[in-house]
Amino acid sequence: MDERVLRIIIDAFPQLLLFCVRYTIPITILSFALALTLAVVIALVQYADLKFWRKLCRFYIWIVRGTPLLVQLYLVFYGLPSIGVMIPAIPTAIIVLGLNEAAYMAETVRGALESVSRGQVEAGYCVGLSFWQIMRHVVLPQAFRTAFPALGNSLIGMLKETSLAATITVTEMFRKAQEINGRVYESLALYTEVALIYLLICTLLTWLQRLGEKKLNALGGEKR
Amino acid sequence: MKILEVHGVRKSFDGQEILKGIDLTVEKGDVVAILGPSGSGKTTFLRCVNFLERADAGTLTFDNRTHDLHAITKKEIAGIRQKTAFVFQSYNLFLNKTVLENVMLGLTTGRKIGRNEARERAVRALTRVGMADKLESYPIQLSGGQQQRVAIARGLALDPEIIYFDEPTSALDPELIGEVLNVMRRLAEEGMTMLIVTHEMEFARSVSNHVLFMEDGVIVEQGSSKEFFEHPKQQRTRDFINFILKVRN
Repeated sequence: MDERVLRIIIDAFPQLLLFCVRYTIPITILSFALALTLAVVIALVQYADLKFWRKLCRFYIWIVRGTPLLVQLYLVFYGLPSIGVMIPAIPTAIIVLGLNEAAYMAETVRGALESVSRGQVEAGYCVGLSFWQIMRHVVLPQAFRTAFPALGNSLIGMLKETSLAATITVTEMFRKAQEINGRVYESLALYTEVALIYLLICTLLTWLQRLGEKKLNALGGEKR
Repeated sequence: MKILEVHGVRKSFDGQEILKGIDLTVEKGDVVAILGPSGSGKTTFLRCVNFLERADAGTLTFDNRTHDLHAITKKEIAGIRQKTAFVFQSYNLFLNKTVLENVMLGLTTGRKIGRNEARERAVRALTRVGMADKLESYPIQLSGGQQQRVAIARGLALDPEIIYFDEPTSALDPELIGEVLNVMRRLAEEGMTMLIVTHEMEFARSVSNHVLFMEDGVIVEQGSSKEFFEHPKQQRTRDFINFILKVRN
């Protein structure tokens, strides 16, 4: 390999890693936390069959799943300021990514809730528990176990989606690579490098996901 | 002493009337067997009495207080459930909890009883059903008969005034039925008030003191179980008993 290209790759590496640790990973974690919280709320509202709220949730899921993430990012970052709503780039990325993924994860969580037999809920009522106590002690722990692999996939997906934040001026890892490339014109080398870093982190997450599944299955005997 | 009295229980699903006015009085210490062919409404009746289904009409008197089954509030239901227990056909143990936790949850979380006392009560209840050696097992590690005995202990630990059983042995392999019936037989001997939907005629005959025979949502015959099995009044009852006995042999 050309010595100059090798130099560029080596020089870029610590910078890319720095922006990964400083932006890509925190944005992923925060937006995932937001998505998971919202997903659980949306799923519970549907599970508990709260009439009005349920309709609202279906509406929300319909809108979010029916429009592209990139369009949603542009709409909030470039569109909303014209009606006076200005949100800085990084919060925009976190909020839009979180709200977007929540719609998908809500379906995952809802499916997991439904997979816990209704009989256990009835048994909970019969021993004097309230709906929320049953959720907390019986249904959610079991649903979490069922949903865990799918939630892991969501997390991996979100890590990669943070690269879209580059389009709304967030200098995360991918945009940093673009910036470096603007100076040295080595697209192939730099984008390969950044791709490999994403791959590395995703591999790590996949590994953690498997470990987590094993840990969860070790609790409470094997899964039915 | 009268423990439970229900009157005129009616329930429809999708316009089809499943219960057409059921009356029942249960005295303290009674063991009442609810018999009848499949689809007669036995299970629905039991579920209405414990509010797992909301009846369309009817009254329920418990602890000398009479409630309208259709209009009863969540709070009143919670109050009555403090003194009742329910055993399901499919056990419905909490699959993420150990045997001990299954029995303790209603005490610690539902009734705010301290962990130590709850544990003691749970172990005592599990001892009564012969499951004290499986405290740390999870439900899926147990046989159906063992799960059902844990489910009975879960009810017993609540110290109920009456226990409802909804076909407690119908989901069990034949060789496991005996252990569950034995536990129930012992409870009956100890004076526990029980309301049992069952297909086990021999068990009903030997353990219950009162029988309710239902068909198509109405009571065909009810009375002391001795009378019921030895001198059934209704032709339909005689046919049913003969049919069951014939199937058995």
